[in-house]
Amino acid sequence: MEITELTVHELQEKLKSKELTVSEITRAYVDRINEKESDVNAFITLLTDEAIEKSKEIEEKINNGEINSELAGIPIGIKDNICTKGIKTTCASKMLENFVSPYDATVMNKINSEGMINLGKLNMDEFAMGSSTEHSAIAKTRNPWNLNTVPGGSSGGSAAAVAANMVPWALGSDTGGSIRQPASLCGVVGLKPTYGLVSRYGLVAFASSLDQIGPITKDVKDSAILLNLLVGHDEKDTTSLDIPKQDYVASLKNDVKGLKIGVPKEFFAEGLNEEVRKSLEKAIEKYKELGAEVEEFSLDIAKYSLAAYYIIACAEASSNLGRFDGIRYGYRTPNYETLEDIFVNSRSEGFGAEVKRRIILGTYVLSSGYYDAYYKKAQQVRTLVKKEFNKAFEKYDVILTPTSPIVAFEAGTKSNNPLEMYLADICTVSVNVAGLPGISIPCGVNSEGMPIGMQLIGKRFEEGKILNAAYTFEQAVKFRKNFKPNFKK
Amino acid sequence: MPREDYEVVIGLEIHAELKTKTKLFCSCKNEFGGEPNTHCCPVCMAMPGALPVINKTAVEYAVKAGLATGCSIEKNSKNDRKNYFYPDNPRSYQISQYDKPLCNNGFVEIEDEDGNKKKIGILRIHIEDDAGKLNHNEFGGGSLVDLNRAGAPLIEIVSLPDMRSAVEAERYMRKIKSILEYIEVSDCKMQEGSLRADVNVSVHKPGEPFGTRTEMKGMSSFRSIVRAIEYEAQRQIDVIENGGNVYQTTIRWDEISGKTFPMREKENADDYRYFPEPDLAAIRLSDEYIESVRASLPELPESRRERYLKEYNLTEKDARLLTASKYLSNLFEGALEKCGNAKACANWILSDISRILNEKEMEPDQIPFTAEELAKTIELIDKGTISSAIAKKVIEELFENPQDPEVIIKEKGWIQISDEGAIREVVLKIIEANPQSVADYKGGKDRAIGFLVGQAMKETKGKANPGMLNKMFVEELNK
Repeated sequence: MEITELTVHELQEKLKSKELTVSEITRAYVDRINEKESDVNAFITLLTDEAIEKSKEIEEKINNGEINSELAGIPIGIKDNICTKGIKTTCASKMLENFVSPYDATVMNKINSEGMINLGKLNMDEFAMGSSTEHSAIAKTRNPWNLNTVPGGSSGGSAAAVAANMVPWALGSDTGGSIRQPASLCGVVGLKPTYGLVSRYGLVAFASSLDQIGPITKDVKDSAILLNLLVGHDEKDTTSLDIPKQDYVASLKNDVKGLKIGVPKEFFAEGLNEEVRKSLEKAIEKYKELGAEVEEFSLDIAKYSLAAYYIIACAEASSNLGRFDGIRYGYRTPNYETLEDIFVNSRSEGFGAEVKRRIILGTYVLSSGYYDAYYKKAQQVRTLVKKEFNKAFEKYDVILTPTSPIVAFEAGTKSNNPLEMYLADICTVSVNVAGLPGISIPCGVNSEGMPIGMQLIGKRFEEGKILNAAYTFEQAVKFRKNFKPNFKK
Repeated sequence: MPREDYEVVIGLEIHAELKTKTKLFCSCKNEFGGEPNTHCCPVCMAMPGALPVINKTAVEYAVKAGLATGCSIEKNSKNDRKNYFYPDNPRSYQISQYDKPLCNNGFVEIEDEDGNKKKIGILRIHIEDDAGKLNHNEFGGGSLVDLNRAGAPLIEIVSLPDMRSAVEAERYMRKIKSILEYIEVSDCKMQEGSLRADVNVSVHKPGEPFGTRTEMKGMSSFRSIVRAIEYEAQRQIDVIENGGNVYQTTIRWDEISGKTFPMREKENADDYRYFPEPDLAAIRLSDEYIESVRASLPELPESRRERYLKEYNLTEKDARLLTASKYLSNLFEGALEKCGNAKACANWILSDISRILNEKEMEPDQIPFTAEELAKTIELIDKGTISSAIAKKVIEELFENPQDPEVIIKEKGWIQISDEGAIREVVLKIIEANPQSVADYKGGKDRAIGFLVGQAMKETKGKANPGMLNKMFVEELNK
């Protein structure tokens, strides 16, 4: 038995039956990291020594009956834009290269109080801006399915680490597709919850009205397990909603009979890779076989989502990233004489090109004289996108689309063309713009063996429905059993 | 051309710090002072990932201020970000309110210089958070940031340009201060900066459109506001009279030279890139909520004034002066409750106490003694223990070293001499020393008695009982 191949729910069973111990599990992951990290480069900060210490401590507590959590001793990896007290939180930026947060994010409090074990902080595009993790100022993460390709982004480190079995699961964050798109490119499961379901307190903000933390896992059931832990109103985040808790694991019924699935034709138009299209069509056939009712429809507004997204996200980012000014923490330029020099040089030297590009864009669209034409218009589009989705959900339970129009691409091929990179988000951004939950699960591979992802979108707070739809499909096609990353160089 | 040919137009943006227990967006203490950077947390230090949570009491206080100034309350309000870089602004944006302030369209009433009632319009009142403080060349040099004040709750009260003189501006600001003190939403301690104003001034000839305005920021004393407005108005008139133009700029008032100076000109106008704060939900207020806040408002100066007229028979002027300040008014009511002598309480507050405040350039909230101590002083007069001449000295002493007036008069030896033998001794001595006055009196000039009593008071350092003196002089001289 290869421990690191197991899903979390499998690990939990083996812990329960005492087939495995907590320290054996952590040890196995540390060994796996030592073996694969040099190829994949998923981590910014490794906590392997700390994890081994912690695993002994947790094991003792379990044996003494001091902890009674099914998640105790389960390792995890954390995207490096989620604040961890006493551990560096860099956002993959030179700006925060040595920044140590004085507090834990709310999700970290949850993870720590369960007695889970943090294996390390995972690489990402700088400040979560990008779709390939190539915009990291710190590490170059590669896709375990082909080490010449990117893992997607911005949660590329999280997705690659899960795909490479270096962590059993990980936390990512998703502003325009940053959980789902890398999950798709790395052949794993990524869930972006409804906006407001998971507390953002301690998530370094990129675009406040779009950001959500979510799980990246090996399978759907693990997603449901981790989501059960992450959700809940947080009084420190007033945008987190106070709604009754659901049991997402209980929603996995392995049954989609009568489920109404809408397929928006705009997501299958030009720009979609042929092999991706074929794989999605096969998935649709599979759903029909399983008893779901699938219907094509038009979601016309979707095509404006990308433009609206980039305006809103950049506007919010331009303001959110203002606090990195070289005054209180983070990078300060050594080159200054005046106060203005501190601001200008710290930010010019501390931020990478993509971050600066988005700050400039966002500053521009909020400027007086341009606000109405850009930001206000984008908010109007946002309202329409929400309306269109609401209308679609009057008819359908779940909306099915590709997660990414293409499979993982070769490193360096898009990083110099920002617009082409932005198109990587075309299938995912409208979900954030509308504040909906979306999940990406692998549905097949292309002729080169690269994974293809399918996205299922649900109504607000109906994570249970998309999880069940994803679970039922997963049980039918058994992707993980049939395909594995081979670390091809 | 003389000044009278111009009209001065003044508008005020008053910032008042709200006296909530905690800051506007976090649970840090909202307190003046403290060791630098001891009242802060990840939220008010703007650590990455920290999020604001709005203080509901601050919203309530702002609504109170709106209701007390006749504003309509916005039921669908929201917060907006005002973006700018400065080291005392840790988020690089202030969380303020742009197009949906909590309160709109109110007014307060003042007296203009001719004594007529005049309404000053209030455009809006909104909530926002304060910045930190920069310490230059303290603590061993350089510029250091203290974030204790960062995130403290403020309301900004924006007036219409309805004031026409520095005196009106002062009266308006005093009125606002008085109201905020009455409703207990702000300490209004100007010396601590918890009440300050941005003053906008323009001049124009009557009948012509308003002139271009200049703005003086952060003015925190009535005296400097009056002086600055007068200086700036005259400066603008001089500029126009000399054929120049007034430019819309921020100017700085220099208290020492008594002049205004333009701040460094910026190449571009400030663009704060306001947009709705995505980290906070919209502020929705129900009718029930607004009515419950209205019901919680205390008695405001206007209704107190009317009550004083009716219940205590005070003059219109005395009632107005007393109620202008919550502190004076509370001192009055507190002392009255103890001593029962409304007339005396009003007189002492409006004469000696107000005079001393003026001389010391103090505000009523800085009166160091209690209503009880004032009441006791009045009782001591009423009982004949001290004369009113001594009482004046007691009041002065209460400002210097507040304590029980009985202890003061004992320690100072100010107890009135009412002993007949002792008084007769003084009377005889004065008669002896002033034969001319005695002769005048005997010659029919009754007024000479007054002079002799005065001399006796001088002799006893004001301690003799004036009634007894009077009586005894008459007795002795008529012997």
